[in-house]
Amino acid sequence: MDLVLDSIVKRVGAQVWLHGIGMALQPGAVTVLLGATQAGKTSLMRIMAGLDEPTEGRVRVDGVDVTGMPVRERNVAMVYQQFINYPSLTVADNIASPLKLRGEKDVARRVRELAERLHIEMFLQRYPSELSGGQQQRVALARALAKGAPLMLLDEPLVNLDYKLREELREELTQLFATGDSTVVYATTEPGEALLLGGYTAVLHEGRLLQYGPTAEVFHAPNSLRVARAFSDPPMNLVRAQATLGGLRLPGGTELPVALPGGHGNDGGDVTLGLRASALRLHARPGDVAVQGTVELAEISGSDTFVHAATPWGELVAQITGVHYLELGSSVALHLDPAQAYVFGADGALLLAPARPGRN
Amino acid sequence: MARITLDLAHSYRPNPQQDSDYALLPLSMVFDDGGAYALLGPSGCGKTTMLNIMSGLLVPSQGRVLFDERDVTRASPQERNIAQVFQFPVIYDTMTVAENLAFPLKNRKVPEARIRQRVGQIAEMLEMSGQLDQRAAGLSADAKQKISLGRGLVREDVAAVLFDEPLTVIDPHLKWQLRRKLKQIHHELKLTLIYVTHDQVEALTFADKVVVMTRGRAVQVGAPDELFERPRHAFVGHFIGSPGMNFLPAQVQDGVLAVAGQRMPLPRALPDGALRLGVRPEYLALAAPGQAGALPCAVARVQDLGTHQMLTATIDGETLKVRCAPEQVLPGEGGTVWLQVLGEHTCFYQNEELLA
Amino acid sequence: MSATTKPVNQKAWFLILPVILCVAFSAILPLMTVVNYSVQDIISPERRVFVGTEWFAAVMRDEELHSALLRQITFSLAVLLVEIPLGILLALSMPAQGWKSSAVLVVVALSLLIPWNVVGTIWQIFGRSDIGLLGAAFKAAGIEYSYTSNATQAWLTVLAMDVWHWTPLVALLAFAGLRSIPDAYYQAARIDGASKFAVFRYIQLPKMRGVLMIAVLLRFMDSFMIYTEPFVLTGGGPGNATTFLSQYLTQKAVGQFDLGPAAAFSLIYFFIILLLCFILYNWMQRVGTTPKEGAGHE
Repeated sequence: MDLVLDSIVKRVGAQVWLHGIGMALQPGAVTVLLGATQAGKTSLMRIMAGLDEPTEGRVRVDGVDVTGMPVRERNVAMVYQQFINYPSLTVADNIASPLKLRGEKDVARRVRELAERLHIEMFLQRYPSELSGGQQQRVALARALAKGAPLMLLDEPLVNLDYKLREELREELTQLFATGDSTVVYATTEPGEALLLGGYTAVLHEGRLLQYGPTAEVFHAPNSLRVARAFSDPPMNLVRAQATLGGLRLPGGTELPVALPGGHGNDGGDVTLGLRASALRLHARPGDVAVQGTVELAEISGSDTFVHAATPWGELVAQITGVHYLELGSSVALHLDPAQAYVFGADGALLLAPARPGRN
Repeated sequence: MARITLDLAHSYRPNPQQDSDYALLPLSMVFDDGGAYALLGPSGCGKTTMLNIMSGLLVPSQGRVLFDERDVTRASPQERNIAQVFQFPVIYDTMTVAENLAFPLKNRKVPEARIRQRVGQIAEMLEMSGQLDQRAAGLSADAKQKISLGRGLVREDVAAVLFDEPLTVIDPHLKWQLRRKLKQIHHELKLTLIYVTHDQVEALTFADKVVVMTRGRAVQVGAPDELFERPRHAFVGHFIGSPGMNFLPAQVQDGVLAVAGQRMPLPRALPDGALRLGVRPEYLALAAPGQAGALPCAVARVQDLGTHQMLTATIDGETLKVRCAPEQVLPGEGGTVWLQVLGEHTCFYQNEELLA
Repeated sequence: MSATTKPVNQKAWFLILPVILCVAFSAILPLMTVVNYSVQDIISPERRVFVGTEWFAAVMRDEELHSALLRQITFSLAVLLVEIPLGILLALSMPAQGWKSSAVLVVVALSLLIPWNVVGTIWQIFGRSDIGLLGAAFKAAGIEYSYTSNATQAWLTVLAMDVWHWTPLVALLAFAGLRSIPDAYYQAARIDGASKFAVFRYIQLPKMRGVLMIAVLLRFMDSFMIYTEPFVLTGGGPGNATTFLSQYLTQKAVGQFDLGPAAAFSLIYFFIILLLCFILYNWMQRVGTTPKEGAGHE
């Protein structure tokens, strides 16, 4: 399904929930809507589904304007956060309901097939209330897949599940989506989830679409400060700096040699240096720039240590591989390769992003 | 500040016969004064039950709870002097932030001047001094959780602060700030903090010691790095780490280790029979073809996860995940890759228990 | 989540046309008749004179109307003052779970099921000193009790009857409101060391605001229109001590067949209720309003 949103605006009373969103979804691929709560993800999905009408703008499917068409007539499947199933029907009936509505033959076999794909074939005769959260969500997913709709919308479907269960289901979802030919739209607040799902990402912030593109691209080359902030976990370190001929001058006098695009080098204008937590290291490598700081906090999360340090550049968070026990208040030197620097202009636009490592 | 000792079991049925009748299997545990602990496990493992027993909201069907040396098994939460922060923010809608924070002290008839001072102190610690006169009902979820937390901290003699998955409704980037705040508070006030969660990142970053639980049993108690490097139980290996440990079935016979159809020399003394080999994605490395202790696998997928790459490979019907550096060159899908599975971080499990 | 804005389907109008016709016939036409009567003087079925707003003016000046209105307002206020706190108290003491909860709910709701004129009859017999329990009890206690001759006692009896009949409605609404409060609030209050009264004041009452508003509006509107029960019990007496507005209106229209003033009055009655409810509703909305966080759009 080729879904195109054309300047969608949604106003409710005096508030504007969506400001002029225009997007052409990549057909047959997964598009992740990434944004904080109340960024406009659910509003946008409801407009895509046909549950709501936009105040302005048009929605086009395969070239046909469907803006006024109610959701019943559009072929859409939707999965919600709250494990929504028909409580009075068994799991088998739940999954069969879209098939029966379409008058399909061979329903029982198709239901069994789908249940096996989602590993719930042993619960076919039970009622949703007897199942755990993860199992209920699988039933909802099976029902959505049974519909076979060209557009599948998932609104933070894993957010009410345990961490480990979320990991498992996410794996399965990526495999399920890879085989299908529906266009899938998946809303989430976690940048990590967007990266794991792959596909394309649309970053939303306060009702505006900031960037849309292949996920890896949006991550490595955010087009503005806001996108960089929204799409990083842990949050990106941001340092105010001045542009100089050789690169950047940071608070405390340190010079960072970077090649800014022409016209920004010599005016001493304000820029922002962006450093991902993983770009900072404890051990120096040739060509590194160092910053001294005091350890405020060291968090150990299994394989990595997150070091929060107070430095002349401000508070920095570094993600160091391996487990390191650091004393609070001790001195620490953090090193970074200037090639890893992101530079954003005074208006927030991206000026420089690190070159992506080549791979075959 | 108190040292909490648990020596109990809990069942919701009157006459528990088997393990499955118990919500909490018999356990014996000590939480040191001033320590930060996390109870980590999937839903239904019993962690919230344990927390409610500690706070006094639930009385264990057998055994006792001691605070320092006092038996408080039947004592109410007030008598135990604990504070609890719940999953969703619990605040008094009709009051301002300051009134919310002052409420527990007012109920204990603390003098007005002392209340004001204490509220000011806690508000500053939580970075909410500017919002003291605002109505609590209109604030965001993370501010409300801070108020819930503040209500627990404002009492000076609080024995322990218990958290029941407090960051569930908070946005990811605010979670960072709140976690940091919790750690800072722990360092400043040196309170006993007990944190229940199913999110292992939260548990490992917050706690000095983590109690990993499953199905009513505390499977391992240890510092985060212990749980990571040497999980004593296969469940811990699977649950901790994102993604968790890779497991391969293995067979030991006559001094030879057979893993996924490949034979290797025994790395160390292991008993004969069926075993499971566990190695974390962080410790699997690419190896030269034919290297000792390496397995040939088919590449199923390569994902760019921003700060690292994740390689998914299959061998003999089993799946292995490998965490690689972003700049590492990896073969494409369908290619072959040799993975070094034997190393100093490889663990062997028999009947789910770690072999020394 | 925000309410669905359904696209308008014009075909739906045809489906409800039969209903519109029925409603028009049974409600709108009679209403128009009332408006018609209110601006005419009907001397005889053939002779009608258009008098404009004369009836309205006459009604407003009517002394008896003023006193009936005053009686009505006092009664409604008294009803609210007694029934709302009593209903809340009842809801707080009702068990929350298990078979006891269902049993108590049924017992509490029984008085709501009784036809209203039967309620009046029950209390009529109840209050008689020869065959009624209440009457006999007063007689045994040596208190002079007669709701037919003593105005104050008649008033109090009508009030007691209304409280007995309708407090369960308030109790059921409050009970529903209480059940929707998550357990964590009570747990947090226990941990904070709050007294039972503090729990009521700071947790239960604010969370019940929505249902209490409904309860107040319902009780107010119903008591303002009360007719059957006092009519059966006291007939409006002694004198006109318990003649409330609707009874006065009926007396005028049906009793004296003054259709013109009666019609004018019923329109005024309608607007009074509408106005009072509007004021009450807006006032209650403003009291303790939290600014909407715009929750629901994500």
